[in-house]
Amino acid sequence: MSLLKLDNLETYLGQYHILQGVSMSVEEGSITVLFGRNGAGKTTTLRTIMGFNPSTMGSVHYHDQKISGIPTHLISRKGIGYVPENQGIFSALTVEETLNLAKAKSTGETEEKMEWMLELFPDLKKFWSKKSGLLSGGQKQMLAIARAYINGDGLLLIDEPSKGLSPIMVEKLMESILKMQEKTTILLVEQNFLMASEIGDYFYIMDDGKIVHDGWMQDLKEDKETCQKYLGIA
Amino acid sequence: MEVFINLLVNGVSTGLLIFLLAAGLTLIFGLMSVLNFAHGGLFVWGAFSGAWIFKETNSFLLAIAGAVAVGMVLGWVLERFLIRPVYGNHVRQLLITLGGMLVLSESIKVFWGPNPIRVNLPAWLEGSYQFDGIIIIKYRVFVIVVGLLLYLALWLLLSRTQIGLMIRAGVLDKEMVQALGINVKGLFTFVFLLGAGLAALGGALLAPYSGVVFAEMGMQYAILAFIVVIIGGMGSLQGSALASLIVGVAGAFMAYYIPDLSLALNMLLLAIVLLVKPTGLLGEKGSAV
Repeated sequence: MSLLKLDNLETYLGQYHILQGVSMSVEEGSITVLFGRNGAGKTTTLRTIMGFNPSTMGSVHYHDQKISGIPTHLISRKGIGYVPENQGIFSALTVEETLNLAKAKSTGETEEKMEWMLELFPDLKKFWSKKSGLLSGGQKQMLAIARAYINGDGLLLIDEPSKGLSPIMVEKLMESILKMQEKTTILLVEQNFLMASEIGDYFYIMDDGKIVHDGWMQDLKEDKETCQKYLGIA
Repeated sequence: MEVFINLLVNGVSTGLLIFLLAAGLTLIFGLMSVLNFAHGGLFVWGAFSGAWIFKETNSFLLAIAGAVAVGMVLGWVLERFLIRPVYGNHVRQLLITLGGMLVLSESIKVFWGPNPIRVNLPAWLEGSYQFDGIIIIKYRVFVIVVGLLLYLALWLLLSRTQIGLMIRAGVLDKEMVQALGINVKGLFTFVFLLGAGLAALGGALLAPYSGVVFAEMGMQYAILAFIVVIIGGMGSLQGSALASLIVGVAGAFMAYYIPDLSLALNMLLLAIVLLVKPTGLLGEKGSAV
């Protein structure tokens, strides 16, 4: 069953026509990966879902309810957690304050979610009273993911979590995301094909604001031509 | 020694009055990125409405409460109808809040006439305290106590409450706060009303302090408050408190020893801080507390 459905989205940023009829769906309990080159429209797709860059045409449905056209804070309250590309860390707040803020408008068992996140990312517990801005890049990413999950565990939108992280940290993070799939649904934007192809179930490829290819991740791994054409992987 | 203590008390009390104006201004700028020039208009409305209520009822506490209520109502109107439509557009904000300032100041004359109004001290705050030949005016001590209590209350609000946490996070990243399900527009309105109430309270407290209120005083104090906000660091409450005290105390001493330079002093302080630390004394990104 489709948890999230994007239907023919058209989004402009100023005079630029970024999303040009994007349609896709995310199945409940899956990890769906959105691939594409820089500037293909991946981040704008997530931002359109969250209502930051509203579409001029088309619609977004979550749990069969239309969420396009409503304010971002109400989209979030439906149970959608968001991890932006720049992590969106509140640098002057401590880890504790950040996660408490995530609980403020969260639905469901917030204490359970908090406990699980601290179990999954023990570093957050270790640096509980530390200012978030002083954490390492990997720890900041963990905090951003934990914050998003505590806030909304129905669907997580994660934008390039591997960006700027060391290979070991990327591996650790991917293991955690894979574990999170047991309890939530994930739409992952990634350029790191090797990593994302290991954890994704389904994929979409974007190019110039359009979905140009989609299918099962297993099939993509074997489709050298598509990988070469759109992702630059030999 | 007597002169020193008197100047210090005068400076601290003036500084804390400026702080009441600057606190709202810095929070509004930090959270909403709005340079609200109309803030001085709320201050002058607080001063006049407080003075009028005091004259009519002879109750100073009622006058303060009434002035704060008037300031908040005007603040709500300003935020809802003038500022909300121009969020994110600094040029339009500048023009519209300057216009708001002029309208608020001029409209004072419609209700209270063009002439300054004399304001008396409440009877229970008249007189002075004397210690070893040092005379301290009672009302100035009252202003210091109220100013410190309000600073403490604001600090507690920002550092110990959930709404304070939301405001501090909003100062850092408004978009991310929305993504956590928090209604940032509601937060903006709350902060604006809080700032408007504080500005009006500052005006109401200043009226008996200076003994006279006039329509143009809003701009005069708004400029001082802007200087304080920049010196302290835009968006920083502690920075504004510290800068208010520096400006107040330095102003009191300068007015006594080199009165000709007292006006230039603030500009000099501003220039020094901007040259040495352009983000202000305590102005790190996101240091709302």
